[in-house]
Amino acid sequence: MLPGVSEPTVPGSPAELGAALEATGYLPDDGLATAAYLALVMHRPLFLEGEAGVGKTALAHALAQVTGRPLHRLQCYEGLEASQALYDWDFGRQLLHLRAAEAAHANADTAALEASLYDRRFLLARPLLRALEDSPSVLLIDEVDRADDEFEAFLLEILSDFTISIPELGTVRARTPPLVVLTSNRTREVHDALKRRCLYHWLEHPDFDREVAILRRRLPEVTESLARQVARATATLRTLDLLKPPGIAEAMDWATALHTLGARDMDPELAARTLGAVLKYREDTERVQALGAGVLAVD
Amino acid sequence: MRGCWPLTERDVVDTVLAFARTLRHAGVPASPDRVEAMLAAVAHLRVLDATDVYWAGRLTLCGGPDDLDRYDAAFAAFFSGERPRVVRTTVTVPPRVAAYAPLDAGEGEGDDGEALDLAARASADELLRHRDVAALTAVEREHLRRLFALLVPAAPLRPARRRTPAARGAVHPARTVRRALRDGGEVSRLMRRRTRRRPRRVVLLVDVSGSMAPYADALLRFAHAAVRARPATTEVFTVGTRLTRLTRELRRRDAEQALAAGARAIPDWSGGTRLGEVLKAFLDRWGQRGTARGAVVVVCSDGWERGDAALLGEQMARLRRLAHAVVWVNPHKGRVGYEPLAGGMRAALPSVDHFVAGHSMAAFEELSRVIAHA
Repeated sequence: MLPGVSEPTVPGSPAELGAALEATGYLPDDGLATAAYLALVMHRPLFLEGEAGVGKTALAHALAQVTGRPLHRLQCYEGLEASQALYDWDFGRQLLHLRAAEAAHANADTAALEASLYDRRFLLARPLLRALEDSPSVLLIDEVDRADDEFEAFLLEILSDFTISIPELGTVRARTPPLVVLTSNRTREVHDALKRRCLYHWLEHPDFDREVAILRRRLPEVTESLARQVARATATLRTLDLLKPPGIAEAMDWATALHTLGARDMDPELAARTLGAVLKYREDTERVQALGAGVLAVD
Repeated sequence: MRGCWPLTERDVVDTVLAFARTLRHAGVPASPDRVEAMLAAVAHLRVLDATDVYWAGRLTLCGGPDDLDRYDAAFAAFFSGERPRVVRTTVTVPPRVAAYAPLDAGEGEGDDGEALDLAARASADELLRHRDVAALTAVEREHLRRLFALLVPAAPLRPARRRTPAARGAVHPARTVRRALRDGGEVSRLMRRRTRRRPRRVVLLVDVSGSMAPYADALLRFAHAAVRARPATTEVFTVGTRLTRLTRELRRRDAEQALAAGARAIPDWSGGTRLGEVLKAFLDRWGQRGTARGAVVVVCSDGWERGDAALLGEQMARLRRLAHAVVWVNPHKGRVGYEPLAGGMRAALPSVDHFVAGHSMAAFEELSRVIAHA
């Protein structure tokens, strides 16, 4: 697109963007910072996949904060249609407008009256249209794997040229293409045609040091030693081949739970009692309990 | 990866193109538009920095987690100057799909005689439909292949979230009001709607271990017919000593091409069986995320388990909790006097909704009925 039209807030390198993200409390690794930087300068959508709770959605929020752009979020679900994703005409208000015109006996010109019905003020903008109108913006298309495949085809059209044509009104074009972040939990394979237009990044669980840093940053009230112990225990749990390995979100819940119970350090008994914050399957809980609290005993 | 990058910038395009070729050999489908995207990405980064180039390629050329390991290996090999290590064994001659060779040696000249007998097509078709596919001659198999082309498995349906106007059903307020407005504000007729129906996902897990070899070809043909009928809602995996997703290969229109591509993709053809472990891998990587949720899952296996039968039972119970229905296809069930004695089979049966045979064309037709009504 136009190289001249770039906002002053766009960082000059992946490292700079990474530092800016860190300042907002989101700690990316090199790969993620590069991915976000390229998405920003290449105007390509960023397709994020990974386990639940590794911070896919949080990245979009952090990017909106860094770039100072408004965030528009489209939560996908089965049966999502254009009228919920793009725009809809406000029938009620259109009808009211007609009645008002009738009451005022402004029956001069039916063509003009009809044209006035399809005015911008009767148009309800949904997230995709809002993101284009409110340019520059950050558009988060969350859990795209939950939408039907018909919807993907439709996204394809919008993500390739960032325009929406409304038959009654004309074409809406984004002045600056929005920064698009698509997330998927991989409940089904998203079509290749959509992925091809995106930068693909697979998000891993953070490594130990980064996890401690994230816990410390997000939960400043939790003590350093508790944060380290929770991070180590969570890392151990991830190696146990569980049905649902805990993500960073679960680790944060766990640290909060322990802190709320007044713990400054994690002791096995307390860990066993708060296991429900990290493990969400009965089989997993039984498994860890069978292995004994020793598994989680740390340092 | 942080080794020196021995290139000047004018070589970049050539290098990237050569790297993309290496990557394609390693099994990552780096299409030209992706390569173009990588060049654009490199232009935005430090072209002489190995880490930046690594990420530029990984972000643009890969399309799924399966690609990442191959990418890493190809990247390391290519830029360290080694001969690229081909991760996927595309070079080895794929085991021929069972249909091309008669499994029992045949009776020499007897084959030709049988070919002539097949002139009485209609009745022969009928007979062939009920014959065990493992006991067929090459000619009969050839003929059966044509019957497979005619098989269109029906998809099971599930109620969708949305509703659709219908003659019968619950009252549709919006349409009723719109109708009333047209009639001058008088409700002259109640409009109705009912729940829409959508195809339910079907997941086929085909055992390709040695003991299933006589039936694997027929089962994969059935899978191909199912994928061709409903490409968006059918998933096919092969199980043996490892899990292989075959959906993409089987989407090809031509059955022979699809099966040849499938055979190339299967690394554990005619190997052992570790059903429990592989089923666990399926549930961890695909099933629990959503592929098995609410789906009709069809396991095609004889239940001969080399691993722990208890693990298989456990994983089958887990599958049963996720899936809408679990169908087990065991070719041996078609034999007279069959009893489910294999350890794996006994462990799995409590979690199976429908236990059917899969040894003949007629059995496959029956299977497709069971799937449609599961």
